[in-house]
Amino acid sequence: MITPEQRAEFRKHFRYNVGRRLVLDKIVKCIVFICVIVAIVPLISILVNVFSNGAAALTWNFLTQVPGAVGSDDPGGIGPAIQGTLVLIGLSSLIGVPIGVMGGIFLSEYGNNRFGRTVRFFNDVLAEFPTIVIGVFAFVLIVLTVGNFSVWAGSFALSIVMLPIIMRTTEESLKLVPVTYREAGYALGIRRYRVVFTIVLSSARSGLVTGILLAVARIAGETAPLVFTILGSSQFISDLNGPVDALPLRIWRLSSLPYDSAVTQGWGAAFILIIMVLSINIGVRYIFLRNKEKTFIKFKKLGAVS
Amino acid sequence: MVDPLISNLMSTRDIMMTIKMKKGSPHIDKIFKYVAIGAATYVLAIIAMIVFNLVTGSAQVWQQEGISFLTGSDWNSVEGRESYGAFPYIMGTIVNAGIAMLIAVPLSFGIAMFLSELSPKIMRTPLAMIVELLAAVPSVVYGLWGLLVFRTYIQDWIETPLHNLFGDQSIIFAGTPFGLDILTASVVLAIMIIPTIASISKEIMLAVPNSQREAAYMLGATKWEAFRLAVLPYSKSGLIGATILGLGRAVGETMAVTMLIGNATGAAAIPTSLFQPGQTMASIMANEFAEASSGGLHLAALVGIGLILFVMAFAINVVAHLLVAKVVKSHEGAVLA
Amino acid sequence: MMETVTKTPTKENSTEDIKYKLIAENISASYDGIVTVKNVSMKFRDRAVTALIGPSGCGKTTFLRCLNRMHELTKNATLTGKVLLDGEDLYSNKVDPIINRRKIGMVFQKPNPFPTMSIYDNVACGLRLNGVKDKKILDEVVEGCLKMASLWNEVKGDLKKPGMSLSGGQQQRLCIARALAIQPEVLLMDEPASALDPIATQKIEEMIQELKKEYTIIIVTHNMQQATRVSDYTGFMYLGDLIEFGETKQIFENPRNEITAKYVQGQFG
Ligand SMILES: Nc1ncnc2c1ncn2[C@@H]1O[C@H](COP(=O)(O)OP(=O)(O)OP(=O)(O)O)[C@@H](O)[C@H]1O
Ligand SMILES: [Mg+2]
Repeated sequence: MITPEQRAEFRKHFRYNVGRRLVLDKIVKCIVFICVIVAIVPLISILVNVFSNGAAALTWNFLTQVPGAVGSDDPGGIGPAIQGTLVLIGLSSLIGVPIGVMGGIFLSEYGNNRFGRTVRFFNDVLAEFPTIVIGVFAFVLIVLTVGNFSVWAGSFALSIVMLPIIMRTTEESLKLVPVTYREAGYALGIRRYRVVFTIVLSSARSGLVTGILLAVARIAGETAPLVFTILGSSQFISDLNGPVDALPLRIWRLSSLPYDSAVTQGWGAAFILIIMVLSINIGVRYIFLRNKEKTFIKFKKLGAVS
Repeated sequence: MVDPLISNLMSTRDIMMTIKMKKGSPHIDKIFKYVAIGAATYVLAIIAMIVFNLVTGSAQVWQQEGISFLTGSDWNSVEGRESYGAFPYIMGTIVNAGIAMLIAVPLSFGIAMFLSELSPKIMRTPLAMIVELLAAVPSVVYGLWGLLVFRTYIQDWIETPLHNLFGDQSIIFAGTPFGLDILTASVVLAIMIIPTIASISKEIMLAVPNSQREAAYMLGATKWEAFRLAVLPYSKSGLIGATILGLGRAVGETMAVTMLIGNATGAAAIPTSLFQPGQTMASIMANEFAEASSGGLHLAALVGIGLILFVMAFAINVVAHLLVAKVVKSHEGAVLA
Repeated sequence: MMETVTKTPTKENSTEDIKYKLIAENISASYDGIVTVKNVSMKFRDRAVTALIGPSGCGKTTFLRCLNRMHELTKNATLTGKVLLDGEDLYSNKVDPIINRRKIGMVFQKPNPFPTMSIYDNVACGLRLNGVKDKKILDEVVEGCLKMASLWNEVKGDLKKPGMSLSGGQQQRLCIARALAIQPEVLLMDEPASALDPIATQKIEEMIQELKKEYTIIIVTHNMQQATRVSDYTGFMYLGDLIEFGETKQIFENPRNEITAKYVQGQFG
């Protein structure tokens, strides 16, 4: 027991320093505030620049025409790039979504063992791989073997980028479905695959769709894997085994050209790309803010959203 | 047959659907399981194939150069005099990512702290939204902005004054600032990874229960002290995870860096001054790929750099996962990234 | 019903020199616009134990949190009224809340030790915060407070263990020790014995009796026997109102209000 005398003695040792501590508190607050300003100014500037410069570039021809010859008076448009990006997204989703969803189902329904943990671990690591490495891989595996750059090679590379995102978001959404739902199914004697397909997947639908959309938004802006796989082109697609253009790739090419028209077009292409990516992200957030879903917060913690 | 608890949880429609539905065949059940296992195995197979292809694709350069591919600084693709050393690019990657982290981590934690602890309510949601959306902006757009807008600002307002002040007496500020150099690439890289680190860190800080902060306030803590006492230790492991995640991204980031770092090669690319053009592993691959794509030693050298980058990124991510998992295990209640 | 409320504890043969350490005047508190404490005024005697009783959800915790400005930390929480500590307004703009919070120790309803800090640091961190650097003093205070919270014997072997590694009841006693360590003048305890076994509970009650000689203690409890054992005064709250406040003996043996009577006889709640 502490006696009153001891307590009086202890109190003598207290140096509350309230003034100094409050000043320190103020200083920290100021520093934090400055951090926010310093970081937010360039970030806002990017958005403002892309929107103001990009909107100026938009014309119907810009969106639909093929690019003009380098240095010629008519700069043409970015039609093939837009088409290429859409085709690439479609094809890579064709590969990535089914495998990703099935893999996610595996992790959540059967993955509670050593193999499951291994897959989860490597999947998480794959999600953070530099995408340029994936591009080089697809180049060595497909382009070198087949002998030419192709839409398929690009789609394959992009599908590897989306795969881990879809797998993790699928797993997390399925895990949020209460066990009782599954038990209800099993209690009725229904087989596991039917339970998963009819009960679990339908309850987790919104989470699943979100994951896929976020993966799409992610690959829409990926450039590095495409550098090695699709080469770029100034024509609309004629053959899935041939080269193709894509928005991010076109932006990169335009940025290295010394013409004013190329700069304008670069902003324009960036504008289209940003609109695509941000509208998916904002749409997903809107849906989730409305429903106040837990899934989304979970995704954010996984880093899947960014 | 239907438990009342379960029927409460599931709507009547669901139940009716479930009952009407066939119960399914055991064979399909097996097949389904194997398909799921197959999909999961696919991930492992892809990683194995990445390793295999990078190794075979770069075998030629390892045979030719041996260990000097890691330690050498020559970079010559002229036929007959071919020689490849990745050392300058390895250094370039480390320096570039390092500077970016030095800038990004404090700023990101500042933003995260502001959003989770200090911000008035009306500012919180829009600011958090902006930060998160910026994490989704493709890197090529950051590169374009860096090239067309930011470059002149950093050249006029930061590099030139620094150069005039310290000039050629110091190594790190030596060289005439041109705007396309290591500093610009690092700063834009920092701007790119700030949203990622900040938004994850914010979630982690927000996950600290309020009872922890209250315990600190009860002891008479100021806001900062409560943060230091209650929030920081609780979320430490998660914040480390967020940081390493950011590092992984910085190391592998390609487009923005390629567009801004100035494309030096060989010994000239060994970073010494901030105002000197440099090169990272990712950027040399993107920059020289067009010339090398026909094959040969040059291509093997680029694939070899891909392999080094792969190993580096792999190691960073594995460390991040193990570290975070270990810290979390040692005191449950802490939050995982 | 309101007429019968006794807002000031009256003592038979009371003298003029009764000292009130803490005075709450017309406290109303709300969450999200829903008022949960309605215009409560109470005076707390120095060197006495006041118990707050009432059915679950009646606003005891909320009221207690108003007494050290903890309520305002909750999102969407609002508050009106005054709290006087030694005659000074806690809520005046002139004093920073941190100055007074350290004079008012609090034990929360749910134990909330710092999970990553060691047991030692959990108790010592309040001291360090307030500028105590002397290792000897720190050791002494930590040991003394852990002893008072009757946790010392269980943990003296490894004070380095993280606070989270303790059991629920041990965590609660750790929080009591942490609150004692800053040597407060007022001690607010929100069901400090709810997770404790009878022996630990008894020790905590003994501690309260001991501390009473120096402190103003306010304790929320659901245990009527505990209230009669440890407290000098008792306030009964119901649906956010302070229904009756008086000497413990009177409240339990001779309640003036019929709701109080029903509650203390265990007929509802
Ligand atoms: N953080 C909060 N947000 C919104 N409402 C709250 C919050 N905390 C408490 N309330 C509401 O305020 C009312 C009073 O709560 P309080 O915690 O003060 O009750 P209590 O008397 O301490 O109950 P118990 O004996 O169960 O601890 C309750 O109806 C509760 O729903
Ligand atoms: Mg309570």
